Amino acid sequence: MIAQVTTAGAVPAIEVREVHKRFAGDRKRNGRRKPFIAVNGVSLRVEQGEVFGLLGANGSGKSTLIRLISTLLYPDAGSVSVFGHDVVRDQRTVRRLLNRVSVEASFFKKLSAIENLMYAGRLYNLSGRETRERVVELLTQLGFSKAKIRAPLEELSRGMQQKVAISRALMTRPKLLLLDEPTTGLDPRSKRDVQELIANLHAQHGVTCVLTTHDMDEAERLCDRISIIDRGRIVALGTVEELKAAQDGVQTLEDVFFELVGRAWGDEEDDE
Amino acid sequence: MNWSGAPGGMKKTMNELAVEGRTLYAFIERNFHLVRRYLSWEIVFLFYNAINAMTIGYIGVNTPVQHRNETVLYLLIGALLWGYLSLLFDEVANSISWERWEGTIEYTFMAPIRRLTHLLGMCLYAVTYGIVRTVIVLVALALFFHISLSTANLWTGVVVLVVSSVSFMGLGLIAATLPLLSTERGVQATHIIQGVILLISGIYYPISVLPHWVQWASYLSPATYALEMARAALLHGATVAQLAAPLLKLLLIGALMIPLGLFVFVQAERFAMRTGRLKRNG
Repeated sequence: MIAQVTTAGAVPAIEVREVHKRFAGDRKRNGRRKPFIAVNGVSLRVEQGEVFGLLGANGSGKSTLIRLISTLLYPDAGSVSVFGHDVVRDQRTVRRLLNRVSVEASFFKKLSAIENLMYAGRLYNLSGRETRERVVELLTQLGFSKAKIRAPLEELSRGMQQKVAISRALMTRPKLLLLDEPTTGLDPRSKRDVQELIANLHAQHGVTCVLTTHDMDEAERLCDRISIIDRGRIVALGTVEELKAAQDGVQTLEDVFFELVGRAWGDEEDDE
Repeated sequence: MNWSGAPGGMKKTMNELAVEGRTLYAFIERNFHLVRRYLSWEIVFLFYNAINAMTIGYIGVNTPVQHRNETVLYLLIGALLWGYLSLLFDEVANSISWERWEGTIEYTFMAPIRRLTHLLGMCLYAVTYGIVRTVIVLVALALFFHISLSTANLWTGVVVLVVSSVSFMGLGLIAATLPLLSTERGVQATHIIQGVILLISGIYYPISVLPHWVQWASYLSPATYALEMARAALLHGATVAQLAAPLLKLLLIGALMIPLGLFVFVQAERFAMRTGRLKRNG
């Protein structure tokens, strides 16, 4: 855990109230689709300046929740607000306040880091010069040489691509950063770099972060509070100590997870 | 009348316009970067376009000498205008499928931009790119066919090109909703739309040769009017004033198609956000 930076009484960074989301599932033999419930009555509150962890197996509803917060999905029922703004009604205001890093570093792979980020910067009303300065500063901090900044992304490792994805999000100076498994599939060195970056970002700029991860150590090290989500429902929420204390005879966060979820990682399909 | 708020209001408007201008430019710049990175593909496409137009032009070379110039020009106008309009349609419709394949669509849709500006940015790029490509093919054709343009009114030809672009942008926006809803099937469906327009619009033949029951559909296609006017301008030297009525009709179709395209696109976006179809695919 980094630090407790919650600001009780202030407008929460995120407020999720009784949110439901379901999708049409795969087509069955009789031609009908069995609906898949991704989020089932979730309520939670993330305070400003907090690093909030969201843990769950594949298919538990983590990514759907992140997409609902990031205005990419409409809830079927319930409401989501970001810094007091409703994600459906005040879409553009919410979009100015947040950014997201997903497990896949989604880019135009033939374009270089600078070309991809120039595009992203202009969409967030940054001038070309401003974007170039921020990109060079951020990527240099992350160990990029000038040649790497200008190389097509398809020529960079996944770790490097993920660093570019993080720079894309940081460049817009969001108040809320949604990190959806940002370290999944990275080599240990890149993983460590990304984790340090998140920790520094939080410590130096007080950015509110929501982190979904499968790495228990990462969650324990970075998050102020953690919620465990299973089959679209929040089954536990609190600090690591609170979560451990609530379960008899458990030593680690992983024990807590298995105690609550009752099955191993990856038992189910992705949640969308 | 109180004018005290005017300077502040004007400044705000100018700032908003600057923001929208920056967003528009984001799409144009990004796509030109992509063209540069896929340069070998571009050369292949250009080569194919030029050869295709030449092949069509040569069909007319075999006609009696007194009709040769007109027939070749008739065919080349069809090849060039169709090349331009189909490129415009393709670029607008496929920019969504391209983003889906790359997985960037969620990031573009999550950005705090107006959808109108986003779509206009795509259209502006398509027009610029289409004009550049058409001019290159035109130069290649000029080298092969020694056609007399003594009776042509080139200025009217340019006006027809610009006016017809508007309605094709609208059509492109409607077609762009298809890959938004389904990556693979959406792209296939846009090709079907394109094929139907090619058939009914009299690109290489007068629409009077079509079966009667197809001809009514020709009048629904903006390409039909665009081609009729382009041929009137380049074959018979028609002026803008002489074509005022059909130009106005085409402009009106465009003025209806753009908001209709935007409306359809926004509805499809909302549907995608309700059903989770924006997620990376392919």
